[in-house]
Amino acid sequence: MATQGIEQPEVRAPKKHSGGRKPTDPGTFTPYLFMAPYLVLFLIFIAIPAVFGIWISLHSWDYLLPGKPWVGLQNYTDLFSSNSSTSEPFWNSMEATGKFTLYSVPLLVIIPLLIALFLNQEFPGRDFFRAVYFAPYVLGVAVIGILWRFILDPNVGLLNYYLGVLGVSENIPWITAVPWAWISLVGVTVWWTLGFNAVIYLAGLQDIDPALYDAAKVDGANRWQRFVNVTMPGLRPVLLFVVTVTILASANMFGQSYIITQGAPGEETTTAIMYIAETGLRQFNMGVAAAMSYVLALALLIVSVVNFAVFRNRGD
Amino acid sequence: MSQPAARAQTKADGRSPRQIVRLILPYAVLILLTILFVAPLLWMLSTSLKPNYQTTQFPPSWIPKDFSGEGYSKIFTTSSQTPVLRWFLNSVIAATAHAALVLVTASMAAYALARMNFRGKNLMFAAIVGTLFIPQFVFLMPNYLIVDFFGWLDTLLAVIVPGAAGAFGVFFLRQFYLSLPGELEEAALIDGANRFQIFLRIILPLSKAPLATLAVLSFLVNWNDFLWPVYVLFSPQNLTLPPGLSILQGAYNTNYTVIMAGGVIASIPVLILYVFAQRYIIEGVSRSGLKG
Repeated sequence: MATQGIEQPEVRAPKKHSGGRKPTDPGTFTPYLFMAPYLVLFLIFIAIPAVFGIWISLHSWDYLLPGKPWVGLQNYTDLFSSNSSTSEPFWNSMEATGKFTLYSVPLLVIIPLLIALFLNQEFPGRDFFRAVYFAPYVLGVAVIGILWRFILDPNVGLLNYYLGVLGVSENIPWITAVPWAWISLVGVTVWWTLGFNAVIYLAGLQDIDPALYDAAKVDGANRWQRFVNVTMPGLRPVLLFVVTVTILASANMFGQSYIITQGAPGEETTTAIMYIAETGLRQFNMGVAAAMSYVLALALLIVSVVNFAVFRNRGD
Repeated sequence: MSQPAARAQTKADGRSPRQIVRLILPYAVLILLTILFVAPLLWMLSTSLKPNYQTTQFPPSWIPKDFSGEGYSKIFTTSSQTPVLRWFLNSVIAATAHAALVLVTASMAAYALARMNFRGKNLMFAAIVGTLFIPQFVFLMPNYLIVDFFGWLDTLLAVIVPGAAGAFGVFFLRQFYLSLPGELEEAALIDGANRFQIFLRIILPLSKAPLATLAVLSFLVNWNDFLWPVYVLFSPQNLTLPPGLSILQGAYNTNYTVIMAGGVIASIPVLILYVFAQRYIIEGVSRSGLKG
């Protein structure tokens, strides 16, 4: 399949040309030369670290100390025992990531879908609006963070000013108190990444065969029925992709908390990634941090499996 | 216009008020959303052009009452702790080098995987696919130590190279190469061209669009990357813009005109890129979605 067309029997390259050997010739070295540059990167920065990370997690691995004693599974068991110093802040940070995921994923699945349905109609200027809604996404979290930190500032920010104009008399502490800090982080993230999901939905919508809509119309289906019976089934793979990617992105949430709330109030908005990175790469408790990253990965795996199972069941 | 007159006119148009609402409402929604997305960015630009004392005055002036280059001149002239221009240069170098590295390595590997048969191919492909499911944060600790082992900590190499190991580019281009017809290669093979000549003279010229998409996406991702550079770059002169902006925010605290000027400087290249390469960016994103 990969070399379709090249392997057809009537193609017989003349033997005298060394480069004209049949491309499937197992003796040739060429494919490995093509693979080599990427494979080197892949081995060093993905394959080896995937195993090395586990190795680190089985040691008391302090970057700054010469000795890195083997501790077996202790870094893991510590996370599940109440009398270790890392377990409580770690699970708090897991809870923060969980909350953020729970609040942001539904919004980032539904709102972009509505926008995509809207943009899927024919009207002048459609591509322009699509481009505008996607625009924040091309800016990085650092720019988004400092900008919204300013807008959300309780005293000098735009948001509280305009809320005041609308009659909200109190100064809402968008950054320093819950639930406001969560509302801010979720809101900013939705604003920032909504266009990404909308563009993916839109591509999925445009892939649905228009004949199906025509057939449904002939059968007398109204708008809502067409949405339920044509659009949603056609969109299922895309929907699964959007949900999966959004969950993954939410679980990776770091920059928004780092810049906008700095994890405050208290450690309330310190996400798991933030705590792992600080533990491993600031305090250099890398063994513990590596163990935490695998626990988070496992949690994510469970969520993904459930997610896939739900989608599969719906399909049958 | 008085109401009856308006009604009379709509009747003349053959449209009821309800139809007019239906016609206008979508555009009202579209424009409202546009304001929601654009206004914060305009506020950043506007703030960066004001003298600082005006940045927190209310009611807000969206168009600065007095234009001032205070923010930008502070950024360009001061200090060894926040050399924004240097960060800008570092970001340009890192993102460009990263995109180039991705293009070279991914296009070659993708071509081999799509168009050649060789021992170990399926194993390699399975390994690459398998690691796609490992979340990035698992690599934080080991890659920090590996980068340290190479002596790359606090150098741009730390933000250029490891990210290029990601498999997205390989998948993306492999998909494209699989769709190319084989006849061109056959002809070239008969003419005695070798694989490298075919790759350089036939395949690459045919893949300008997907290569451009991959280059632009790689550049953007690297330009915006935050977490990794925050931890692997430390010296002020070695930072890229994203970790730099976070330092700038801490250093200038309530000097919003400087902070927003930093944000504008970090935004301009990607927004320009977005305006000119929008088709590639949006297509790249939507195709990545469909593949999943």
